Amino acid sequence: MELCGAKRLGYFGRSQFYIALKLVAVAQSGFPLRVESINTVKDLPLPRFVASKNEQESRHAASYSSDSENQGSYSGVIPPPPGRGQVKKGSISHDTVQPRTSADPQEPASPVVSPQQSPPTSPHTWRKHNRHPSGGNSERPLAGPGPFWSPFGEAQSGSSAGDAVWSGHSPPPPQENWVSFADTPPTSTLLTMHPASVQDQTTVRTVASATTANEIRRQSSSYDDPWKITDEQRQYYVNQFKTIQPDLNGFIPGSAAKEFFTKSKLPILELSHIWELSDFDKDGALTLDEFCAAFHLVVARKNGYDLPEKLPESLMPKLIDLEDSADVGDQPGEVGYSGSPAEAPPSKSPSMPSLNQTWPELNQSSEQWETFSERSSSSQTLTQFDSNIAPADPDTAIVHPVPIRMTPSKIHMQEMELKRTGSDHTNPTSPLLVKPSDLSEENKINSSVKFASANTVDGYSSSDSFTSDPEQIGSNITRQRSHSGTSPDNTAPPPPPPRPQPSHSRSSSLDMNRTFTVTTGQQQAGVVAHPPAVPPRPQPSQAPGPAVHRPVDADGLVTHTSTSPQQIPEQPNFADFSQFEVFAASNVNEEQDDEAEKHPEVLSVEKASDPAGSLRVAKTDSKIEEKTAASAPANVSKGTTPLAPPPKPVRRRLKSEDELRPEVDEHTQKTGVLAAVLASQPSIPRSVGKDKKAIQASIRRNKETNTVLARLNSELQQQLKDVLEERISLEVQLEQLRPFSHL
Amino acid sequence: MAVCVAVIAKENYPLYIRSTPTENELKFHYMVHTSLDVVDEKVSAMGKALVDQRELYLGLLYPTEDYKVYGYVTNSKVKFVMVVDSSNTALRDNEIRSMFRKLHNSYTDVMCNPFYNPGDRIQSSGNLGISLSCRAFDTMVTSMMIQVC
Repeated sequence: MELCGAKRLGYFGRSQFYIALKLVAVAQSGFPLRVESINTVKDLPLPRFVASKNEQESRHAASYSSDSENQGSYSGVIPPPPGRGQVKKGSISHDTVQPRTSADPQEPASPVVSPQQSPPTSPHTWRKHNRHPSGGNSERPLAGPGPFWSPFGEAQSGSSAGDAVWSGHSPPPPQENWVSFADTPPTSTLLTMHPASVQDQTTVRTVASATTANEIRRQSSSYDDPWKITDEQRQYYVNQFKTIQPDLNGFIPGSAAKEFFTKSKLPILELSHIWELSDFDKDGALTLDEFCAAFHLVVARKNGYDLPEKLPESLMPKLIDLEDSADVGDQPGEVGYSGSPAEAPPSKSPSMPSLNQTWPELNQSSEQWETFSERSSSSQTLTQFDSNIAPADPDTAIVHPVPIRMTPSKIHMQEMELKRTGSDHTNPTSPLLVKPSDLSEENKINSSVKFASANTVDGYSSSDSFTSDPEQIGSNITRQRSHSGTSPDNTAPPPPPPRPQPSHSRSSSLDMNRTFTVTTGQQQAGVVAHPPAVPPRPQPSQAPGPAVHRPVDADGLVTHTSTSPQQIPEQPNFADFSQFEVFAASNVNEEQDDEAEKHPEVLSVEKASDPAGSLRVAKTDSKIEEKTAASAPANVSKGTTPLAPPPKPVRRRLKSEDELRPEVDEHTQKTGVLAAVLASQPSIPRSVGKDKKAIQASIRRNKETNTVLARLNSELQQQLKDVLEERISLEVQLEQLRPFSHL
Repeated sequence: MAVCVAVIAKENYPLYIRSTPTENELKFHYMVHTSLDVVDEKVSAMGKALVDQRELYLGLLYPTEDYKVYGYVTNSKVKFVMVVDSSNTALRDNEIRSMFRKLHNSYTDVMCNPFYNPGDRIQSSGNLGISLSCRAFDTMVTSMMIQVC
């Protein structure tokens, strides 16, 4: 009754009646009683009011007398219609109860039920009615309707009553009528019948017959909560939504929505108001929830409810955006929507992310969901890295972009380190230890590079460095050398661990932490110190650089350690530069050594500062590259995650040590740089769980790395120039002295 | 503190105009009208610069002894004109910009309503109630007139 807007009219107007009939038909056919269903179910079987046809006609006749006739013939179908008319005209109280009550007596079973239920939900009522008709039509036969109708006339509490009556009596017939009404043609018939009030309704009905039905239903449902949308209604709305936009997660553009709602014949102003209320995210489009809310409001309005100033809570879209707030935006997330909490959440999830508001239920769930999703994603990412790195070298806290390094290398590294150093076996330390010893070796650079790579990879500390070396440098041997003690194989093999995840760079930082915690002993301390003291590194390295060359092992280590602590805290850049300078000087004197020294230092610095990205870059080139890489990493590292740097320096150290030993200057430089770059890079991708962030981070890192590398490059070139000048001057001097020599 | 705010459509007819001093409103209307020429001049001055490159905020259009007129034009050639009292300790440019920005936002909210036909007056009238966004627009303008936003 309510649905058919009878309420609104205060009586069962003809149109209401028709609507009611339709609803009855709908109900009878088992569709949810909703205004929508009237529309959607075009082929609603005529309400089985036995005399449905007649009913309609009788309705037209609007003669109660015919009711009796109808009743007789339609077994109650007819009466309702006319009765309805009467009802409509009669009492206006909308209480469905009344009609129901009146219906009760008449309808033996079902009909009565429905009326009784009317308050709760008209849909239910309808249902019942429908059921009745189906079941009880026969029963009801005229008698029912007849008396029904008359009482209706009197007791018409309102449309509801009429509806109730009918539904009880002859849902079918009315429904048939309704159905027909629902469809365009019927509407017209309806119109003819009830020209006046009906017209609107019919028209509405055609388009908004569903609406009315909804409204009616709403009315009934409104008892519970004025704005609550019942399941039936919701279903109806969803169906309507589908007619406009098949994708339930999609939007209905404003223009389409406008047309649709204009059919409801509400004044534009009201529609505008409704739109503003329901377009929660103000995007000019309606999501499913928003649409449902809007529809609900339209129905309510048509039923006489005033539009609220604010969107009622139950109509608010549930902004459950767990993952990413999809735009789908569930707007009308009616919290109160009991019927489909399940529906709501799903639909909601895509919806407005930002709008998540106090949807008690959904919010919570969404939160949970969000948590889960995030957690899962993050955990995944984390695990990946961690797993790889973890097993490998604790030292490899420094994430290296070098994938290779990942697990295998780490492990190897660890082993090697352990073997070699015998002291802290914790990766970080071991590599360091190894490195110092290896410093003297030619491939210091390599090692450094390796470190860098290791760093980039991810905290692989020792293993990383080692692995990265091979990868980057391609000189496994050097690695091995760096490890000296440790199995040379380790260095070689690492080739590379698949660089498990570039994002590891972050993990590397984690590793570092682990490493630090794990590491014990000098080296560890040294290692630990490295990360934190990245900046200082360059300086100390510079000085000791040359000196360190010789001692290599001891000095190297010392240097590193000393530098690392120092370096780490300081800007890697410093380290890089200083290293480079030292490098240059040493290069002149002892290229390798210096470089080696520098590399490690640089590397360490780089590592700390920069993810492997820069290192990688430098990988291919010579010293200059290395230098730039060193600086780049330094720079990059600065910019990169704080976590990453610490591990990196450590890694660098390790690597540098290793690399220094084995590698050629250039290589080491490169590796160092590369490692730095790589180190930085891994951290970048590591964004846990967030590809976008990871990408952005990596972009950032890469940029930083680029700058660092560029700086390195320029520095190296400068140094080169200086060296060349020196050379020229020396040559000139030589020339000058030559004559004397002859003498 | 704007004393007059006006929204001019692309075709140079007013969509919304409101002044604070209720008397002498005509004067403000006239000022806004004349400012349109200045706006056009500034817009065309941008030259071939594409619209996107064009700055939305036009700045001070022209000062009178009592008032200063500021302009702002959207990419759809909808113009916002604001007249402020000169006696006001000069409102900083930023403030004017932020006021225009708010105006723009409110205006877009109004536009988003599919039931609003571009070209209609923005008015909160009507029996049922005005469009919420129109009301919000109105409120915003009021707040701008009362105090500097």
